Amino acid sequence: MSTGALTNEELQRYSRHLILPEVGMEGQLKLKESKVLLVGTGGLGAPLALYLAAAGVGTIGLVDFDTVDSSNLQRQVIHGTSDIGRKKLDSAEDSIRELNPNVRVVRHEGALTSENALGIIADYDVVADGTDNFPTRYLVNDACVMLGKPNAYGSIFRFDGQASVFAHEDGPCYRCLYPEPPPPGLVPSCAEGGVLGVLPGVIGLIQATEVVKLLLGVGETLKGRLLLYDALNMRFRELKLRRNAECPVCGDNRTITKLIDYQEFCGMPKTNAPLESGEILPEDVNAMIARGDDFILIDVREPHEHQVRNIPQARLIPLATLPAELGTIDGSKQIVVHCKGGVRSAKACTLLREKGFLNVLNVKGGIDAWKV
Amino acid sequence: MPKILIPSPLRKFTGNLAEVAVSGATVGESLKNLAEVHPELRSQIFTDEGKIRSFVNVYHNDEDIRFLDKEATATADGDVVTLVPSIAGGGR
Repeated sequence: MSTGALTNEELQRYSRHLILPEVGMEGQLKLKESKVLLVGTGGLGAPLALYLAAAGVGTIGLVDFDTVDSSNLQRQVIHGTSDIGRKKLDSAEDSIRELNPNVRVVRHEGALTSENALGIIADYDVVADGTDNFPTRYLVNDACVMLGKPNAYGSIFRFDGQASVFAHEDGPCYRCLYPEPPPPGLVPSCAEGGVLGVLPGVIGLIQATEVVKLLLGVGETLKGRLLLYDALNMRFRELKLRRNAECPVCGDNRTITKLIDYQEFCGMPKTNAPLESGEILPEDVNAMIARGDDFILIDVREPHEHQVRNIPQARLIPLATLPAELGTIDGSKQIVVHCKGGVRSAKACTLLREKGFLNVLNVKGGIDAWKV
Repeated sequence: MPKILIPSPLRKFTGNLAEVAVSGATVGESLKNLAEVHPELRSQIFTDEGKIRSFVNVYHNDEDIRFLDKEATATADGDVVTLVPSIAGGGR
């Protein structure tokens, strides 16, 4: 990578930047020498990567472990129809190269973890958090605070978006806003709750705007402000954020000084953990069905999820309606409960056991882990 | 009467209302009254002990009530109380 000057091609390409006094030659060179890490190349990561590449950010790091699925294409505009089944890293890298071959793409294949996060983030100037789950949100936050790297934060759900800049100078961090995550299952993911396809475009580009401003050192960032976007009613609101002096990671008396187990912190069931008592594997349920065992299989997801994919033998009783349906379930039989990933069905099992149902099993991993 | 803004993840508990006007001289009272009108919201906002859940942030106008008088923060006509729950979506 050449530094210190722009090529003729770059002078042409960035001409609309170069005539802006706030960017100019100096700013464009700053962008070229900058390194930005995008955690996730999904809904938020897609517009972030495309526009930061177009703007001339010199090095873009991508963290992802996923492959492109047709259900991604409604919003993840960096991937195309012919990319279905490819690694998101491959697809995103191709799109960036096509848009701006001057950008150096650094691939970090796999998930961001407590073991690798500090090593990866240390190489970058700014991080943009575009992940889809609470454990990684807290991990990115804590690592950014510990390394003093600003985090351009964005988050989306259904029609709502949030954006801010965390861990920048004396500003607050994500934990100042949300000291603790919600218990698993209470706040659905976009996969469960849905998301308006254009929403991540808006929020991802607010993040990209903040990244560019942070790199250039111009304007006023969202540090200390939380931007709320309601797409359904087209309203932007702004709330004040303050650094919490009691914040365990950025406060005056820090109790979290190294990365922790974020799955455990967020109360998530450990992946690859052995079966707990009261759990059953999907393949064992298949065997019960094949043998013709007399048991009741209950799906506690929502009707729209059931419509997309279901186990034909299962009876649909959405979790919220389960208490009212208890009288219709034969408690003398073996009961097996499943949902999408095993969290809601675990709640259903707890409820059933509390109500006196004795033989209740939860399908580990839910329908997502189910091969028929 | 303060107006309470309901974020979209919680609107299924308010019959899809985005704004609910309730009586209440403090933020805490207003939220309790909100939970009376929309009982399904109660467990979303409050713990079994009646405390506001730690992952639901409550704002009085544009200030976090944790930096004001918490649940005792006084509310007046025209004030806006906003519930800001954690959302994590963005990737897959």
